[in-house]
Amino acid sequence: MDSVPSPEPATAPVAAPRPEPRTESRPEPGPGTVRYLPSTGQTLMKLVVTGPFGVGKTTLIRTLSEIPTLHTEEVMTTSSAGLDDLRGLPEKATTTVAVDFGRLTVPGDLVLYLFGTPGQERFFPLWQDIARGALGALVMADTRRLADSFPVMDMVEEQGLPYAVAVNRFPGAPAHSDEVLRRHLDLAPETPLVQCDARNRRDSIGTLIALGEYVLSRLTQDAP
Amino acid sequence: MTPGRPGTSGAAAAPEPGTPGGRGRRLVPAYLATGGRERPRGTADFDRLTVLVSTDQRPPEMDFGPEHRRLWTLLRPGALTVVECAAHLGLPVSATVFLAADLVGGGHLLARSPVPKAEAIDRTLIERLLVGLRALP
Repeated sequence: MDSVPSPEPATAPVAAPRPEPRTESRPEPGPGTVRYLPSTGQTLMKLVVTGPFGVGKTTLIRTLSEIPTLHTEEVMTTSSAGLDDLRGLPEKATTTVAVDFGRLTVPGDLVLYLFGTPGQERFFPLWQDIARGALGALVMADTRRLADSFPVMDMVEEQGLPYAVAVNRFPGAPAHSDEVLRRHLDLAPETPLVQCDARNRRDSIGTLIALGEYVLSRLTQDAP
Repeated sequence: MTPGRPGTSGAAAAPEPGTPGGRGRRLVPAYLATGGRERPRGTADFDRLTVLVSTDQRPPEMDFGPEHRRLWTLLRPGALTVVECAAHLGLPVSATVFLAADLVGGGHLLARSPVPKAEAIDRTLIERLLVGLRALP
């Protein structure tokens, strides 16, 4: 259970229901560790880091973020499918999902926010909401279960976001050449694929560069 | 989006003529009552990355709730995005946007778009990003 530190400990806690227990642990920012933006003249940009559960989204964000990763609790209302609807009483279920994010200040007065968004289809509305205005998406994959990334890529394509695929090399996971991975992931020839260790900063920056170059190439193409 | 200029909006206030309290004044939300604008600053202008900063003015009056004051207090030392405020306060982003819109309307906070005016997500920006990413230690 997270206890998000309040900047004013004397204040009564929020009456909102507390989040579900989290499955991925992270270091807690202690009181007084709010990291404010250094200036208000910066340009803020957003990238979405997505992929199947446990693929290393939060790890990559943590590796890159200059602040301890934060999360928001996003409440989603989903109508339950199937028989309930036939009774004319569509039951609404409320799901709380944690969205991790981090911040990376880039030389040149740019700040990149990285949002780890769940890849499951049932979160698509939330996904769309977070992805709106994003530069692009990093779709993460695990060589032991590449197919788990298919629905995620479908979602990103449906949203129309440019994306690069980052294959997180887990220790002990089978290694494959880029060519083999591209074939198994059925990637379009222009879609970048990068193999990385999400715990490694250089690797992780490399995934951002690959995505940035791809976004740039698409803008160039679209230019009249 | 244009949530960044609350200072410019007060002068343009145009109170509805000929509506002296006959229409249930108490239902007017705080940001309308205190903002004196033609219409409230819409929450639609806010994004997760909208930058919020305190205006160094008086703290929110008592007609704002404790949540408003928590947000305002959080922002006293410096600027944060809406999503960072939400995370620090343990509130959903949507609720944080409502609080922020109220406080901007009341002149307690300034809000600015993530991308400064006259700048778009264009080639130049992505090129700057790439140069910056390659220069990262």
